[in-house]
Amino acid sequence: MIEFTFWDIVRNLLLAARWTVLLSLAAFVGGALVGLIVLFFRIAKNKWAKRIASGYIALFQGTPLLMQLFLMFFGLPMLGLRIDPWMAAVLGLTFFASAYLAEIWRSGVDALPRGQWDAGASLGLHYLQELRLIILPQAFAITRAPTVGFLVQLIKSTALTSIIGFEELVRTSNAINNATFEPFKVYGLVALIFFVMCFPLTQYARRLKRTAGR
Amino acid sequence: MGYSLDFGWLAGAVGAIARGAATTVLLIAVTTLAGTFLSILGAAGKRNGPKPLQLAIGIYVEVMRNTPFLVQLFFIFFGLPSLGIRLDPILAAMLAMTLNMAAYTIEIVGAGLDAVPRGQTEAALALGLRPRQVFVKIVLPQALKVIYPALTSQIVIMMLESAVVSQIAVRELTYEADMLQARTFRAFETYFVVTMVYLGLSMGLRRLLVAGGRRALGAGVS
Repeated sequence: MIEFTFWDIVRNLLLAARWTVLLSLAAFVGGALVGLIVLFFRIAKNKWAKRIASGYIALFQGTPLLMQLFLMFFGLPMLGLRIDPWMAAVLGLTFFASAYLAEIWRSGVDALPRGQWDAGASLGLHYLQELRLIILPQAFAITRAPTVGFLVQLIKSTALTSIIGFEELVRTSNAINNATFEPFKVYGLVALIFFVMCFPLTQYARRLKRTAGR
Repeated sequence: MGYSLDFGWLAGAVGAIARGAATTVLLIAVTTLAGTFLSILGAAGKRNGPKPLQLAIGIYVEVMRNTPFLVQLFFIFFGLPSLGIRLDPILAAMLAMTLNMAAYTIEIVGAGLDAVPRGQTEAALALGLRPRQVFVKIVLPQALKVIYPALTSQIVIMMLESAVVSQIAVRELTYEADMLQARTFRAFETYFVVTMVYLGLSMGLRRLLVAGGRRALGAGVS
């Protein structure tokens, strides 16, 4: 049996936490890009585009993330794609995040007064220019607090990728726990590391919400 | 390539899926009742309790909201036995889900309590009701009505998160799916079917809660 000192445990957990951070960032960036596309569909004038986007959002918000990850992990190889846990984790979380981010930003677009669109049109801007110059900047600005709030949810959600075999914080902690038999200490430390990552963001989101309310 | 979908196993799996779904429904039913009750106590305590209690509830909410549910579940199921508290998987799952949900719903219920005008309490006290009666009969029903949509969403989210408790071998829907795919080697099809069952459950649960809320809390609940 290998002896683990307290310091060994902490060091290994912190090394694994890098993957949690990296995965969160990759999924957030990917989710923002795909979410933007979903948002375009969701606020389009075309009825079918709207319906498809609504269905997409309802599908991802109405099923467990764990199932989405399993479907990525087992489904993509059927399309002939070789897939490892990292790819499945990034893609799964990207689609998951895109649905939530699209819905958050859609609420921002809806909150803008109709006059913003009219003013843009009367200035001679076409649809895409209106979106890029007038609508989206304001929609992003007023939804900054829920967006940061969702980032916290996304960081916590990366824990689920341990189940499909991605070697992040929780999976590493399971391995360490199996070697040390100190679940109280190991999972306590994991919770602490997640807390240190998430709490500042939660506080930041809270501050954004307060200043936005003024 | 050359993979073709096969749902032939489904006929023999309906029983297992139904059993799993029933356990998931049981988990969320217990969590909803216990979690809502706990969050009413928590929200009231955070407003009117002694200072140390207020602080403790605040810390509890922050800790639960800023750590993953999976880690909380492992901590309760694997960690607590070293303190001499050994729980059945299903009890550990119910406890973890309740504690997790309460952290979110304490804030929600609290927002509802804050939304009830101060005059309601004053009027009730002036009519000679005791403080506890004022809370239970006057303030709480009005607060619940305001926050009911948010509460509904939180319950549905918790139901979806409950998929994770398969990891401590609670025989709910995801656990049954894991067993089925191990037996049939039809992983994608199995998880696809079970995902659709979850989608049905979440839509059904939302409808049920909205209809139930209308009956219990009166019109205006959406």
